[in-house]
Amino acid sequence: MTFDIPEDRQYMESHEWALETEDGVRVGISDFAQDELGDVVFVELPDEGDSIAQDDEFGVIESIKAVSDLYAPVSGEIVGVNEDLFDSPELVNDEPFEDGWMIEIDPEDESQLEDLLSPEEYEEQIA
Amino acid sequence: MPLQTPPLRGIHDERGAKFTEFGGWDMPVEFDSIQTEHMAVREDAGIFDVSHMGQIHVTGPDATALMQRLTTNDVSRVAVGGSQYAAITDEDGLVIDDTVIYRLPDEDGHNTYLFVPNAGTDEATHERWVDHRNEWDLEATVDNRTDEYAMFAVQGPNAPELVDAACREDVLDLGRFEAMEATVDGVECWTARTGYTGEDGFELIVPADEAERIWSAIDCQPCGLGARDTLRIEAGFVLAGQEFDRESNPRNPFEVGIDFAVDLDTEFVGRDALARVEADGLEEQLVGFQLIDRGVPRHGYDITNTEGRVVGTVSSGTMSPSLEQPIGLGYVPVEYAEPGTTLQVVVRGRSKKARVETTPFVDTV
Repeated sequence: MTFDIPEDRQYMESHEWALETEDGVRVGISDFAQDELGDVVFVELPDEGDSIAQDDEFGVIESIKAVSDLYAPVSGEIVGVNEDLFDSPELVNDEPFEDGWMIEIDPEDESQLEDLLSPEEYEEQIA
Repeated sequence: MPLQTPPLRGIHDERGAKFTEFGGWDMPVEFDSIQTEHMAVREDAGIFDVSHMGQIHVTGPDATALMQRLTTNDVSRVAVGGSQYAAITDEDGLVIDDTVIYRLPDEDGHNTYLFVPNAGTDEATHERWVDHRNEWDLEATVDNRTDEYAMFAVQGPNAPELVDAACREDVLDLGRFEAMEATVDGVECWTARTGYTGEDGFELIVPADEAERIWSAIDCQPCGLGARDTLRIEAGFVLAGQEFDRESNPRNPFEVGIDFAVDLDTEFVGRDALARVEADGLEEQLVGFQLIDRGVPRHGYDITNTEGRVVGTVSSGTMSPSLEQPIGLGYVPVEYAEPGTTLQVVVRGRSKKARVETTPFVDTV
């Protein structure tokens, strides 16, 4: 089984990805993570305006078989929430790196991104 | 302790299954996706490897007496080729396990049974049968044959035709809970019209060393324990370890809602305790519920009344693939058990509105 690991973003050991966009750091979970979880049926996300610290839980994802916490790759303010996931949580399975994104964070300190894994390092981790 | 493996562990692995530990066994939990497997069973057909289930064989002049005294139902009513669901209770009437008892053709002129205890309980159950046989001085042979058999469930509206086509004999005349020896690809299988999904279908108990021939002879969606769980919750069926556990969640069969499997006119271990329960009435009982708010109920979550006082516990819960609604089973005081009653389930510290529902949640056979 091989999994997509887009080169344009960075990863956490807990399987979240972080992508710098003009709106902030966009966060989701990896292809590997969605496959491990199986059918995603519920996503609980913070509200816009909430603050989050790096490595803290920002939400919860539930598949039919498991419940899993979601961790923030950087500290900052939540400036975007993908509300499409409330009605269509399966987007996380179908398009984990695109329409299945979860939140956007306005980072306090962009250098925190350097703490994350490169695509190559993440690939080694899940190998 | 190393996990026990079903005979087809390697075949399932090649097919891309994910595995999970269940009752000491390393079992496929998901082949494709729980959603896909679940809907295949509701709309078409699916095949499950349930070789983690135990098989205990009992025969001899006192076989019926032994079965009668260790299970809650009336075994004497089961004819050859019949089967019966029953609980196994202790002296206090608490459920140790639940089981299906098949009556096999007589062996050496004696009534003969094969019963199926839950995963990981076969050794303790075998010991219980042997100890009581000795204590009561009954003449019966008790064999734990769990390792000799694989067990498959073929379930779904199209499952009967599929199984019938694979069998040399006609098995479609079997009614619910009826069983017979049937031949699949030259292999004799105990073929029973039973199951744990709420759908029509069969369960086949097959020789372990011929398991692959049988598995490949029935071509439909392979399903793991994940879908088995969502299907049985929708059907309102209880699962050992979830709805009852002798240590962590002791329950009598009336609380569990399996009164139909208890015959107090028979003599069995726990009978007198259960007669008292019946006379005194219940304090708590198992109910089905649907979550009205967003969220997924899970085993162990608190159930509160509308004032927020904890009154019960979720025993099983899931997002129902058929209904696309969060559903669950749980224990509540009888005054909250009426369908339509509003309750709350506490999901990660937040109260989610729930409503008591009748089970099964879906149409079943």
